[in-house]
Amino acid sequence: MQRLGPIALIFHALFVAFIMAPLLMVIAVSFTDKGYLSLPTDGLSLRWFYAILDNPDFISAFWVSVWLGLISASIAVAMAVPAALAIARRKFPGRDAISAFLLSPLMIPHLVLGVAFLQFYSKVGMGGSFAGLTAAHVVLVMPYALRLALASATGLPQDAEQAAMTLGASKFTVFRRITLPLILPGVAGGWILSFITSFDELTMSVFVASPATQTLPVRMYHHIAQTIDPLIASVSTVLIVLTFLLMLVLDRLYGLDKIFVGKG
Amino acid sequence: MASSANRAAWAMTAPGVIFFAALLGAPMIMTFLLSLHAYDFNAGVLPDWTLANYADVLGDSYFHKIFLRTFGLAALVTVICVLIGAPEAYVLSRLQNPWKSIFLLVVLGPLLISVVVRTLGWALFFGGNGILTMIAQGLGFSDEPVSLMFTFAGMTIALVHVLVPFMVISVWASLQKIDPQSEDAAWTLGASKLTVLRRITLPQAMPGILSGSIIVFALTVSAFATPAIIGGRRMKVVATAAYDEYLSTLNWPLGATIAVLLLVANVVIIVTYNKLVERRFAKVFE
Amino acid sequence: MSFLSLKNLNKQFGEFTAVRDMTLSIEKGEFVSLLGPSGCGKTTTLQMIAGLLEPTSGQILLDGRDISHTPPNKRGLGIVFQSYALFPHMSALDNVAFGLEMRGVGKAERQDRARKALEQVKLGQFMHRFPKEMSGGQRQRVALARALVIEPPVLLLDEPLSNLDAKLREDMRLELRLLQQEIGVTTILVTHDQEEALSMSDRIVVMKDGEMEQIAAPLDLYERPVSPFVSDFVGKTNLFDAQIIDADHVKVADHVLLLPAHGMPAGASMQLSIRPEKFALSPEGDGDEVQVEAAIFHGANWLYRVRGAMGELFVTQPNTGAPGFARGQTARLNWPDGALSMFAEAS
Repeated sequence: MQRLGPIALIFHALFVAFIMAPLLMVIAVSFTDKGYLSLPTDGLSLRWFYAILDNPDFISAFWVSVWLGLISASIAVAMAVPAALAIARRKFPGRDAISAFLLSPLMIPHLVLGVAFLQFYSKVGMGGSFAGLTAAHVVLVMPYALRLALASATGLPQDAEQAAMTLGASKFTVFRRITLPLILPGVAGGWILSFITSFDELTMSVFVASPATQTLPVRMYHHIAQTIDPLIASVSTVLIVLTFLLMLVLDRLYGLDKIFVGKG
Repeated sequence: MASSANRAAWAMTAPGVIFFAALLGAPMIMTFLLSLHAYDFNAGVLPDWTLANYADVLGDSYFHKIFLRTFGLAALVTVICVLIGAPEAYVLSRLQNPWKSIFLLVVLGPLLISVVVRTLGWALFFGGNGILTMIAQGLGFSDEPVSLMFTFAGMTIALVHVLVPFMVISVWASLQKIDPQSEDAAWTLGASKLTVLRRITLPQAMPGILSGSIIVFALTVSAFATPAIIGGRRMKVVATAAYDEYLSTLNWPLGATIAVLLLVANVVIIVTYNKLVERRFAKVFE
Repeated sequence: MSFLSLKNLNKQFGEFTAVRDMTLSIEKGEFVSLLGPSGCGKTTTLQMIAGLLEPTSGQILLDGRDISHTPPNKRGLGIVFQSYALFPHMSALDNVAFGLEMRGVGKAERQDRARKALEQVKLGQFMHRFPKEMSGGQRQRVALARALVIEPPVLLLDEPLSNLDAKLREDMRLELRLLQQEIGVTTILVTHDQEEALSMSDRIVVMKDGEMEQIAAPLDLYERPVSPFVSDFVGKTNLFDAQIIDADHVKVADHVLLLPAHGMPAGASMQLSIRPEKFALSPEGDGDEVQVEAAIFHGANWLYRVRGAMGELFVTQPNTGAPGFARGQTARLNWPDGALSMFAEAS
């Protein structure tokens, strides 16, 4: 193992500074005591955090995003797990095609998905509905759920199940007591990645969401498109802190690199 | 041969396949069909089939410029991500714990934070009364406010920031697969540390650099939030142009045409690239 | 003046001492094994010789030159790593030629020499394959050719055979030893496999907890281990506690044996060791009466567990073609003078 020289460490420091800079900038601005964009040079103030409470549309958008993420991740995982088990462990006609089809949203730009759903929902009369938004998000996050479920189903030793079968377990018992516990870490990782992807998604949702079903990223985007003020910075700061806490939990549970290898 | 085993497998994939057929297949086909209709400002979408939209987009210098700008941006962002992301992945892989875990969290963590938030940070930097102006004026470079808002450079910087973690994770993954003893072996065979890096480590990290490049390139081509906020109306890219056609001009068929072309370009690039990479590395890496 | 010598070599990792005060002289052309269980410091020692680890203190001399702080790329030693450490992105030929390229050997010559090195390890027809396309045994040979082609003064082998299956491992032992003798390269082998060390080495260094326990030629090591640890780690043995009765007698369990005490005082505790194959087991006649508790057939020989006055013993007997002893049978146990090794009670 080679040691790192001073040049490598300086580069690393600059890189980390580059990564952190915009986030720290957002956080700093959100503590300003001025009524306009500025760094809190005269003292810290929480006035822009209280201001969020006076803007219920951000809060309701936050809850839309939370529910959207929870529901779409759950539906995607519920469909991905049986599909992953079939694809990873059985040979059947059409297997590769089905796998490619279910992973295909990864190759489609979100903008294309957005315009496709916009037109489709307006034709079938579901324009701006929460159900339509949810279905679109299920399509979007399904590949992530499927990929992580596939990864854990592929490594699954078949002999453990066969052993359970010879010990007298029924097919359902084998699934519940042997298969499911073994693939659970991958499935849970897929669910989390799906939730985060859904929660953060902007490009597709900007086409599909109506004013009543605006997600938080969409609400924030429309706000920024109008004006950039300390309010949007404080909303962003709340989001950064929440994400950071979630990240710590995930890193403890799984190791972040494992989750991201699924995302890449 | 529709044995019961096959039927069981199909049944297990059926919910996903049916859902996708209805909610992905149908919308995509309808978008493609829409792109084959002309649009009239008074009458709306006309019933006749035509390739006029494609002729419009492919023949119009306005769209040429937008497509060219988008792909140029993607190429530039990809190159910068390789140049800074790959070395960073290498540094990360060489750090000792706990620093390794901490900085991995710092570098990859932003991927979990909404692109809108990350882009906002750059907008705060770039704005006319932002930090950039303060620094430039403080150092005496300029008396005028310095703004990178609505510029190509600003978009490039922000997109590199948004996408470079994908490069880091991709290179990191392939560095993890390297047998550290292969570097020791080269070293003991007389190679200097720099030669080890160039001849042993870099070639083995190549699959990661290539797959990171394709991810970054594809995501830049289809990026919307960052170009929309930093580039705005003045620096349109394909995604923001299509957005305007849909939601401002209301010319859905033209928007659909741009979307279809974007999709085709994206798929062609990814598939060709993967084929090339596969052929190049099939014999070498698992 | 020896060719390679280690002088008071020490390696600390924080509080932990991996290698303590190691002094060893190796002659030119000699094959020396460092043998011990994992964590005994044998690999650390090898890595210090290779230059991959800096010694905390002490010296490494190669042909009279102090190389203790020479970086590995300037030492010129040939190393075969446990994982083989082949370069996956290069063909076998390019792997082998790499060291020559680093020495500035021209392309034509280095390809020629690499090809010859591969032919020497019987891989002539596989030189354009990539490591991924080769079997474990073939990769091992490429690694060996790569280490030897640079004509190193010393060849270091880090558990080179541990990733091969049992049959191949035995073949490679012989092949490796013959090749080493043919070339005459000074070789240090690190292994935890006592059979490997016994079958290949001129001398064996047994290590335990970072210290050298014994240095001896294979036969001496096997026949005259200096400690219960060595006797147990090298080969199989029966170890039992005993007590000195007087100058000529010791007591094992309730059994008194005629055995010179070598000056140990009466009443002193000690340990006795005897190898299972030193026993002779006969159906009747002289000797201690023992009961056969278990009999296992190994093909070339029989392994018995017997119980007698000294307690439980393992005995191996060659297979002569006749049926062996059966479980429950009574037999007579004898052993020649000098078969027992005696160790003063260690701590």
